[in-house]
Amino acid sequence: MVKGQFSWKDYDAGNTKHEWDLQKIHAAHKVLTEFKYDKNKIEKGFANKTLYINLTTNEIKEKPVTDDMKKKFTGGRGFGLKLLWDSIQPDTRWNSEENDLVITTGPLCGSTQYPGSGKSLCLTVSPSTNIVCDSNVGGYFGPYLKFCGYDALEIQGKAKEDVIIAIDGEASVIRIETAPLEEINTHLVSEQLTYMYSSKDDERSRQRVSVVSAGHGAENSYWGCLNFSFWDIRRKVARIKQAGRGGLGTVLRDKKIKGIVARVDKFTGVENAPENPEAAAKVGTKIQKEIRDLDRYQCNMRQVGTAHLVEIMDAYDLLPCENYRFGSFPKAPKIYSMKFFENFTRVIPDGCWHGCTMACAKTVDSFEVMTGPYKGHKVTVDGPEYETVGCGANMSLWDPKWIIEFNFYCDTYGIDTISSGTAIAYYMEMFEYGILNKERCGGLELAFGNFDAVMQFLHRMADGDTNEFIKVAAKGIRRVKDWLKSKNWGDHQLIEDTGMESKGLEYSEYVTKESLAMQGGYGLTLKGPQHDEAWLIFMDMVNNQIPTFKDKAEALHYFPMWRTWFGLNGLCKLPWNDVEPANNAETDEPSKVPEHLNNYVEYQNAVTGWNINKEELILQSERAYNWQRALNVWMGRGQRRDDWIPYRSMGPVTELEYVSRQERYDKQLAEIINKPLEEIEKMDVGKKVKLVYHHRQNQYQILSDAVYMRRGWTQNGVPTPVKMKQLGFGDEQKMLDFLAKKIQEDEENGLNDWGGVYSGSEEKPSKERRYWESW
Amino acid sequence: MINSKEVIWKKDETISLLLKRMNFVFPMIVVKINGRLIKKDKYSTQLINDNDEISVIHMISGG
Repeated sequence: MVKGQFSWKDYDAGNTKHEWDLQKIHAAHKVLTEFKYDKNKIEKGFANKTLYINLTTNEIKEKPVTDDMKKKFTGGRGFGLKLLWDSIQPDTRWNSEENDLVITTGPLCGSTQYPGSGKSLCLTVSPSTNIVCDSNVGGYFGPYLKFCGYDALEIQGKAKEDVIIAIDGEASVIRIETAPLEEINTHLVSEQLTYMYSSKDDERSRQRVSVVSAGHGAENSYWGCLNFSFWDIRRKVARIKQAGRGGLGTVLRDKKIKGIVARVDKFTGVENAPENPEAAAKVGTKIQKEIRDLDRYQCNMRQVGTAHLVEIMDAYDLLPCENYRFGSFPKAPKIYSMKFFENFTRVIPDGCWHGCTMACAKTVDSFEVMTGPYKGHKVTVDGPEYETVGCGANMSLWDPKWIIEFNFYCDTYGIDTISSGTAIAYYMEMFEYGILNKERCGGLELAFGNFDAVMQFLHRMADGDTNEFIKVAAKGIRRVKDWLKSKNWGDHQLIEDTGMESKGLEYSEYVTKESLAMQGGYGLTLKGPQHDEAWLIFMDMVNNQIPTFKDKAEALHYFPMWRTWFGLNGLCKLPWNDVEPANNAETDEPSKVPEHLNNYVEYQNAVTGWNINKEELILQSERAYNWQRALNVWMGRGQRRDDWIPYRSMGPVTELEYVSRQERYDKQLAEIINKPLEEIEKMDVGKKVKLVYHHRQNQYQILSDAVYMRRGWTQNGVPTPVKMKQLGFGDEQKMLDFLAKKIQEDEENGLNDWGGVYSGSEEKPSKERRYWESW
Repeated sequence: MINSKEVIWKKDETISLLLKRMNFVFPMIVVKINGRLIKKDKYSTQLINDNDEISVIHMISGG
């Protein structure tokens, strides 16, 4: 053993120990259904079956994975879209009986040769958006699900009482069991279920169990996340990763699922059965070495995780502070990554799946909880990651311990830190303007920086508090906007413009005011404003690489199509561009990290035995992306009006914001209205805010025009049958007929027309209004 | 010009000093002067001439 290291057996996380009578808890279970199955041998990354469970009827069955399914949808998120299309109706909502909760793997998920190969993609009809939401997550459940013999798990219906779904890959049996006595909050129930379902009472056996759960917060809000556990044999705790976006945990608890357990009998480095393990290992070894040698000089993910971004975002005016009003803040250095590094357990290399050298999953061990039902307990907190720290800045919480506490309770209550943090920041701004006040907030003084009020809000929400504000606020910004307007408590435009949601989903943590392309990266998306489709701020705002609308549209085509690919395969995005080869700068397109792109082509070919190239890789994504957009349209959304974004993400809503960056805005305004800077400087600030307001909104419409055309959609954002046929959906007649009918209806309603107002030298993307007809 | 935007030229300014002045603290950047790639180990010695076209390309990262 190297000097300074110690045996994992000797490490004690120092957390509060729990004394449970697990035998009694387990004995209270009643088996509702048992399903024995023949476990498929995994071949080339696929188990070739999906598992269907109906909690209303207690039916359990298998569905085949066909070659046609692989060809059209590849795997992972694509399979989820296919299963949903087969199960739901256009009017299915999050709490409908027929809504599916789908957990998928992807052909590369469960590999250990390449870093970041343990991701699951989860999908459902979201309570926030009323359309399909996808969310990716690490942890062991996805790989274990596949090792149990299934490429995806599909859960439909609702149980009558709390249940556990236990997938036992060791005995090849699946059970639905009632679970009356288990805890619900994640840090407890995941530990209980890990102990109860491990085959032996030892660390290695516990490591072969993974649990999906959500807590009381998921039951009482639209922000429920899915927590995926991975047993840490060194800390001896069930650590967790989150599928955070879109309320998937809310759906889990609506189906009365306390936990989904997967247990495997073994796992090896080649459990995913790659066609060519040597080739997979070769390409993997190259990147593993790159991460080991270069990460410390680049993003330093191995030391501080994604929190390394905090100081960078602050420096570039991109860190959301006080509800995205500002992009930097004098107190921000108090929450820079090194402040969290001081709290992280530093001697243990961390990762959420085996073989990931990136090892960005950090923890704070023995954290003493300061508030709420677990006050005084010592716990392991996973994170915080950049987004959660960004929420701290947004709520003006400038103490790392406050952010860790917020992180802990969001996780154990099963709520998304991003949606809850962004929403609370909005409520705080409403509080500052007097639109909300202590009385209207059920006694909470929800002012910026009030940590106690934030935690009280979370505790009361998780406790099912029936106060009107708590109930509405827990449903997110969109519902609060409508509520505030219905009460007539403030200026309606201000209420709309400042709340950072689009499609009903809260924004993640980047300020986009100065990057039109990134505004599109948040708005012109499938599920809502999450940065996993495109992160273009540097390319656009700093590098000035995509100055024209056409350039931006190209980026908003390429990057979403590329990044979708990770979700089709069960991969983490971070090893793509959070580390780069030493010679990346010398390549033609360093932003795309060409060597890594080639790695992924080789990696997928090595595992699946396919023979794709870079172009076909993008085509795989484009198929799934367009199918999801078509699904959105089928469900009554996914059109131009749904891609609209709040003005706070386009520009300065208030005079305070304008004045905080007056030099920048004055200079831009002088160019926009073609007047001398001196004249602009003398203008009334309110008038200047309005001029910028109208200009930027039109810029966004012009961008939308360009992007829709580049993606092969109509001006209303509808994928055309021609495009769908080109992608290989020529035999999906039901969808093709629907799209043709929808486009005709849009024509009759005048919606197939440009959204932007073009003047001067600005050109429309095409001279033909019905440009798609000539394709 | 830096990234096609006008920036005031300063005599005896190296790449390192320019990056500091611009607050370009992101570690994964590519610097080119008039299209010529500048290696990182030259940042502290490479002087910038008036009218040089500088590209400071930030890799995407993030998200």
